[in-house]
Amino acid sequence: MSAANLAARVRKVHRGDAAPSFLLDLNVEVLPGITILFGPSGAGKSTLLDCIAGLTQPDAGRIAIDSEVVFDSEKKVNMPPQRRQIAYVFQSLALFPHMTVEANVGYGLRDASQQARGRVAEILQMFRVEKLRARKPREISGGEKQRVALARSLVTLPRVLLLDEPLSGLDAGLKASIVDDLRAWNAAHKIPILYVTHSREEVDALGERVIALEHGRIVSAGTPREVLDAPRRRRLAQAAGFENLLSATVMDLREPDGVMRVHLADSPCEIEVPLGHASPGDRVRIAIRAGDILLATEPPKALSARNILEGKIVSLQRRSSLVAGRVDCGAVFTVHVTPGAERTLELAAGKKVWLVLKTHSCHFVEG
Amino acid sequence: MNFEALLLSIRLALCVSAILFVVGVPLAYWLAYSRWRWKFLLEAVVALPLVLPPTVLGFYMLLAMGPRGPLGRLWHAAFGHGLAFTFAGLVIASVLYSFPFAVQPLIASFETVDRKLLDASAVLGAGRIRTFRRVILPLSVPGIITALVLSFAHTLGEFGVVLMVGGNLAGVTRTVSIDIYDRVQSLDYLGANRTAFLLLVISFVVLSIVYGINRRAGRRQWLPWAAK
Repeated sequence: MSAANLAARVRKVHRGDAAPSFLLDLNVEVLPGITILFGPSGAGKSTLLDCIAGLTQPDAGRIAIDSEVVFDSEKKVNMPPQRRQIAYVFQSLALFPHMTVEANVGYGLRDASQQARGRVAEILQMFRVEKLRARKPREISGGEKQRVALARSLVTLPRVLLLDEPLSGLDAGLKASIVDDLRAWNAAHKIPILYVTHSREEVDALGERVIALEHGRIVSAGTPREVLDAPRRRRLAQAAGFENLLSATVMDLREPDGVMRVHLADSPCEIEVPLGHASPGDRVRIAIRAGDILLATEPPKALSARNILEGKIVSLQRRSSLVAGRVDCGAVFTVHVTPGAERTLELAAGKKVWLVLKTHSCHFVEG
Repeated sequence: MNFEALLLSIRLALCVSAILFVVGVPLAYWLAYSRWRWKFLLEAVVALPLVLPPTVLGFYMLLAMGPRGPLGRLWHAAFGHGLAFTFAGLVIASVLYSFPFAVQPLIASFETVDRKLLDASAVLGAGRIRTFRRVILPLSVPGIITALVLSFAHTLGEFGVVLMVGGNLAGVTRTVSIDIYDRVQSLDYLGANRTAFLLLVISFVVLSIVYGINRRAGRRQWLPWAAK
């Protein structure tokens, strides 16, 4: 069996059930072996698989297995799913409830020849479900169903295998044993396998290569370690451009408003920041650009900004075209103002001021 | 008891059920899966016989089948005789009259087949016809039985359309319901009762079969009196 690559360039407006729509826009190349597609639910993982399998149509793009194009929006190529020879195991498995295990597995083989039956028997044995051949799907366990679904897909000798969280809900031991059987099968056939999951444990356990997806875009790709560590490093790197990096403790989450309140360390200050992946009590860091903070010399009224902190100017430092002030509100903030503003407001060390922080100028940084 | 009328009714109901099955299955498949935007118009047409008085349907069928109606002229050109007041005319009118009773249970049962199973069938290499034959049809057996039984029972009991289109010709268009009406008109209550009672028993048995099957299938099927 020759080793073929799957190459997919897909653009599609993604309309989730709950999440707001966003653009799925990515370019992946999948080599023979297991590649994990990792990301939170609603990142567009299943939509990508549906596009590759031909169950849904990308708005634009090109999908090819080696040199054979199965979809090309420019050349108006759109091969129907039944001709793509791409196997797809759904999260729901979708075993045919009215057929026996054997009939399910044989479904993709059009003929009922001796040879076809031999292949069914062989793969049933390989996935250790040969004893269940006469049972109906409702009469077998969850792990057995997953084995049958894999066998049913692989017996057709597909060119690519797509797996959409096929092993969710199984305990680690059972999962590992099924994955071992899948690896054993692929050692002989060497096809690209795209395995979707949102579980970090599965990424660690399975992946040779990982592609991380967020909001329809690839955010990182590489080995499991590289990818799993990437978000934190990325966010810290981002935070490096911020003059204010404050330690804080999460107080409460207000999910309907998309915000959470945090308490700044060693101070009486509480501010509202955009909702992040955190729970009350978590230690987090809040990054704010000095130029995003407004400064007033009287208590501001009737503002949309949610965070108004009272404080005193500690120092003012003139830099070429701006003045960097340090203001103590319990926590110390760095604030940038223009020289003109410094003159008009008669700013000076010791003066009482109010800082105004828009909620969305406060950036949540993990860890 | 008029066995001639009973046999005629059963013959009519069998013909109509068979035709409705052949015509209804593809139409129901299309109505269940098509995304055509004007589909609802066709759905409304299919449901029309549910709300129209049988005399209205019968009246228009009579006009269409008459010697100057389009259907009547077509039939005459093809077979050399008219369509009104014949068994064939009765079959055509009854097919239209019982249409929703066959098509709607079929649509309902096709629609309850899990779409993921259809996707699974497609990625396993099956085209539409194979998917329909191997997956949709076997999983819709309760709906198909409901459709057949309802078409049969509804045709067996029809009166208004038969009277308008078929008239009352013994052995040709005199069905049981017409026969009962005749007997009541001529004050033969005993004879009317025998036939009426038999019809009552048949209807009860038929409905028991439908409910029994739906209960075994463990899900709700479309039934006209539930939809109304």
